Amino acid sequence: MKAAKFLLTGIFFGIVLTKSQVISWFRIYEMFRFESFHMYGIIGSAVVLGAIMIQIIKRKKLQSTEGTPIEVPDKEKGFIKNIGGGILFGLGWALVGACPGPLFALLGAGYWMILIVIISAVFGTFLYGLLRNHLPH
Amino acid sequence: MEYILDPWPWFIAGPLIALVLFIMLYFGKSFGFSSNLRHLCTIGGAGKVSDFFDYDWRTKKWSLLFLLGTVGGAFIASKYLMKNHIVDINPKTALALEELNIKSGIDSYVPAEIFDTAHIGSAKVLAILIIGGILIGFGTRWAGGCTSGHAITGLSNLQIPSLIATIGFFIGGLIMTHFLLPIIF
Repeated sequence: MKAAKFLLTGIFFGIVLTKSQVISWFRIYEMFRFESFHMYGIIGSAVVLGAIMIQIIKRKKLQSTEGTPIEVPDKEKGFIKNIGGGILFGLGWALVGACPGPLFALLGAGYWMILIVIISAVFGTFLYGLLRNHLPH
Repeated sequence: MEYILDPWPWFIAGPLIALVLFIMLYFGKSFGFSSNLRHLCTIGGAGKVSDFFDYDWRTKKWSLLFLLGTVGGAFIASKYLMKNHIVDINPKTALALEELNIKSGIDSYVPAEIFDTAHIGSAKVLAILIIGGILIGFGTRWAGGCTSGHAITGLSNLQIPSLIATIGFFIGGLIMTHFLLPIIF
């Protein structure tokens, strides 16, 4: 059961991404041209609701199913890594029209060529691992 | 039934993604997809060449199960919960794509010009897919997150690093869409 709950949450996430067309190259292109509210509505409403949720979690000191207080880890500081990594990722996102979650959802939806992107993305992460000590953060 | 089979609007999808974030936090985990790319490197034995990958991937099984679920959920949705894969984009966007010789309004989530398996032998298409993938894998790890970890979880948690990263996502995305795609196509 412990494992099944993550699988089920993933299934739910995959259905939402696919049904809302978040995994569509066309939607991402449209978003970066500011010609539709769709993607902004999705990310925006998720962030607003998420922010309210996290405030409630912190104030009420809600516990997780593990019996520990729910914690949302802080993100690592560093201007260069966040802006530099962000820009590189953004270039790739707009080129192949998918961020990491949708890459795998597209595979499930039967778009086989995305496998080439997935393998390259794993390789890109591997490259980062090799070079990280030489990169500014 | 129509509500299920039609594409879901933003005001359904956004709250449901927030729900996924809540469920993961409630299970004592974080919501961030790109870490899986790192775990896949680790499974492949990358720990031998870089200590960045030197950890027991079994402790991240939950995250990989979430990934497997995402693949499965997309399969279920596209096979049983949809009438077609037509994406009804803004006519202005369609016109801009026409200028790039990319056909939209087709029964597919992705342009055939890049993703049709018939193009697997095309050096240009392969370069697009491979370079795009490397940028995604390298960029997300350098920034420490992608759309889920930074733009959704990080911004919800009022993290300045996530705001910087998200601005970066858009700088890169805008450069690609407005300056590079017209050169590439």
